Order: sequence, then structure tokens, then C-alpha cells
Amino acid sequence: MAYSKETREWYENEISGIREAGLFKEERYIHSPQAAGIAVEFPVGAAPKQVINLCSNNYLGLSSHPDVVKAAHEGLDYRGYGMSSVRFICGTQDIHRQLENKLTEFLGTEDTLLFPSCMDANAGVFEAVLTEKDVMIADRLVHASIVDGMRLCKAMQDTYKHSDMAHLEEKLQEHQDKRVRMVITDGVFSMDGDLVKLDQIVALAEKYNAMVFVDESHASGFIGKTGRGTHEHCGVVGKIDIITTTLGKALGGASGGCVSGRKELVEMCRQRARPFLFSNTVAPVIVSGALKVMDLISQTTARRDKLEQNTICWRKLLTEAGFDIKEGESPIVPVMLYNARLAQDIARDLFAEGIYVVGFFFPVVPKGQARIRTQMSAAHETHHLDKAIAAFIKVGKKHDILGKGKKEIIAMYGQ
Amino acid sequence: MDEVKRMVTEYVTREYLEEGDDRVIKEDTPLITGGIVDSFSMVSLKRFLEKKYNIQIPDADATPQAFDSINNIADLVTRFTKGRV
Repeated sequence: MAYSKETREWYENEISGIREAGLFKEERYIHSPQAAGIAVEFPVGAAPKQVINLCSNNYLGLSSHPDVVKAAHEGLDYRGYGMSSVRFICGTQDIHRQLENKLTEFLGTEDTLLFPSCMDANAGVFEAVLTEKDVMIADRLVHASIVDGMRLCKAMQDTYKHSDMAHLEEKLQEHQDKRVRMVITDGVFSMDGDLVKLDQIVALAEKYNAMVFVDESHASGFIGKTGRGTHEHCGVVGKIDIITTTLGKALGGASGGCVSGRKELVEMCRQRARPFLFSNTVAPVIVSGALKVMDLISQTTARRDKLEQNTICWRKLLTEAGFDIKEGESPIVPVMLYNARLAQDIARDLFAEGIYVVGFFFPVVPKGQARIRTQMSAAHETHHLDKAIAAFIKVGKKHDILGKGKKEIIAMYGQ
Repeated sequence: MDEVKRMVTEYVTREYLEEGDDRVIKEDTPLITGGIVDSFSMVSLKRFLEKKYNIQIPDADATPQAFDSINNIADLVTRFTKGRV
């Protein structure tokens, strides 16, 4: 038998090693639709507990919005369940093109191509548009999917210190001999919640003749005055060569992603991006739901405005309570704890108090930077935030971290 | 050898430590396993060594272990420059 006793034991040891390193990830079963309040079975076998969700990417509260659900039902009725095909054989419906056009209009680009996920978009885009004569210069904190996409590409890889414009400029100078220089960044960095300095990057790109790539997965729908993203926030709409983003967070939360940007680059993806060419089309039910999401967010900014207010309120509540948070504007609000065990203990105690959050620690974040990442949603109401802050204060007092900064917390718990 | 170590230490400090990071890079400080240099950013270190010492380090030799300390990197550079004047 190919899967021998020794082979099994090798995998068992690997899994034990993951557990012993404290890196074992467990799923929590949710017995309700995604929302501000959800029913969670944890640990496995326990009766589902009603908790406030502070860790989803449901930024605009559209994941279970009745109009989106209705539109998805209609898509199911009129365009079927599946297409049983990749896009270029017999998998492109009229609604796929409609959604791509709406995304193009919303993002202020020239063209858009849907992918099964933004992970797939990032995995395929670089290989499709760059060659061994080119260089990719990425911020060191870009998302893992971008790192994987860069590894699949033959262009030279380089990185610059996180959001360090002087370092980026050095790299752009160093690579003037390359055919194409592409600066690669996230719009909102998912672990710290900070925003890219996109106006400065565009200025450097113009000075050193480089293209700009931005992953807007944690920005599309709510960053910027009308929610277009960090390019709107930084006043550089129309100057970004490639935007990738997801339909799996603010834009309905189901699945699917896209590459949007210069029409020739998008066409290169249509012709050459392997995750696009060799995986199934985005299901009609998701496309129909996403079309409704685009309608909703194009009609009014009420949801992104409410999210902004919730974010301001939540940051203020945490700061006044004495928590050490990462400053910023995005709805990603990390509560810094520096110690992995402390982050896990506080997440567990908060769950007992009816608040669902998750601790993050190395290797997801750098060593000594353990934290709880809280995320705001437009679905949160004042009573959710009031209950959440009361629980945070209770648990913060238990662990004696209120009013304490990095050095004091590390002195108490280690790093 | 000491000159190689000095050059590499200077490069690693400048290239990888953020502003305000007061960690001191010693000859045996773990760079990769210590989280100072990740495998994603290791590429620029490899390119620096190749350019600076006019060598080619095959991918098979550019392992995380070979780059994990100033001592290991200096050994790697010495191995590839050995015999050259």
C-alpha cells in the first residue's frame, strides 16, 4: 500500500509538531447566517452560543442582506446553479460581463476580469503580465496570495520595508535596467489595518517609470468617500495599472475576485492567467448576488458611512478603556498583546463573555507582535459595541493590561 | 572573512531592520528563524552577495539555513569565492 504505516506516522508527527508549536487552527462551526450576531458551536459538540462577531470581513453588512439574497435566488432561478465549464469554453454568461463592467465603472479602471477568488487573481496576474526581463518590487507585508503569485512569476523579485517610501525609491533606482518595474502593495494591510501611501507610490512610479499594483481586498466598497478604495482615498483614481480585489469580503462575502486595470493587462490575464484559464467560472448565483451588491453600494454611501462611524466609535472606546491599539483609519482595529499565549487566553475569555474574536501570532504576524484583530461592520449597532467594550474591559481587568503599553505588557507576560 | 561579516552585517541591518528597531545583529543572531529576514525578502540578500562578491549562488545552495546567520552567510560566500584572488 502506497500510504504505508510509516507515511501515516510521518504526517501524524507533522500535525503533532503544528499542535506543539501552538499553531494548530481549529474551525468553529457557525449555526446561523453571517451577521453581527452569530450562533457558534465551540468547542465542537457544545450547544451553539449566541455571540457578537468582531472578526468577519463583512464590512458593509451585506453578506446576508435580504436584497442580495433575493438577487442570488433570482440568479439561481434564471441562470442555473452551475456552468460546468471554464470561462473560455462555455462558462461565460451575460451576467459575468455585466458584473465585470460594473466593477470597471466602480473602480474607475479600463477593464475587469473575474476570477474564482482574489487568491486566484493574485496567483495568476504576475505570471500573465511580466517576464524574466522585469522586476516586481513588493511591500514586505503584502498578503500571502501575492507572495505566492510572485513566486510563480519569472520576473525578478524584490521587496521594500513596509510603507517605507525612501527604501522603495532606492529599489526603483536600483532596477532602472529592467524592462518593467512593478510596485506591488496591499491597499489596506490586513494585519495592521494601515492604509497604503498610494499617492506617494504613484508619484515615485511616475518618476521612475514603474507600474503600480494594489490589492484592494480590505478596501473595496468602503475606503474613500464613495467606497471605491484606497486610490479614491489618496486621490489617484485612474493612475493604478492593476487592482485586484475580492467579492468575498465587503462586496457580498460569498466568493470570487477580479483583476481590474489597463485593458491590455486585463486581456493578458484573459489569455494567459492559469487560475482563470483552468478553473471553473464564478457560479451564476454569486454573480447575481454581486450585481445587486454593486447596485446597493453605487446608490448610496450610507453603509460605508455607518462603518466609518462604527470604526471611529470602536477605536475611541478601546483607547479610552486603556487598550493598546494600532492607530489608523480602517475598520481593522488590532488590540496589541505582544504575547501569543495572552492573545489566545483573552480571545477565549472574550468568547465566554459572548464576544467572538481570534488571537493572531507568529507566523501570521511578526514575532512579538501577537494581537487580537477586531473588525468593524456596518451591521454593528450601538448595543453591539456597548456590550463588546464591557466584555473587553472585564477581560482586560482580569489580565491587568488596561492602561499598559508594549513594554509593560511584555514585562508582565513576555514576548 | 571578518570583512565579509562586517559587510553582510551592515547590509542586513540597513536592509531588514525597521526604523526604531534597536536589535543588534551579531554573528550568530538567527536571521530567518529569528524572524528578521523572511524567505520572501531573502532574495535581495542573495542578490547583494552575488553582486558584491561577483559570485553565483545556485538556488539549491540558497537555503534558509545557509542564510540564517552572519556566520553561515560568510561561510557560504567563502565557499563560492574560494580559490579566487
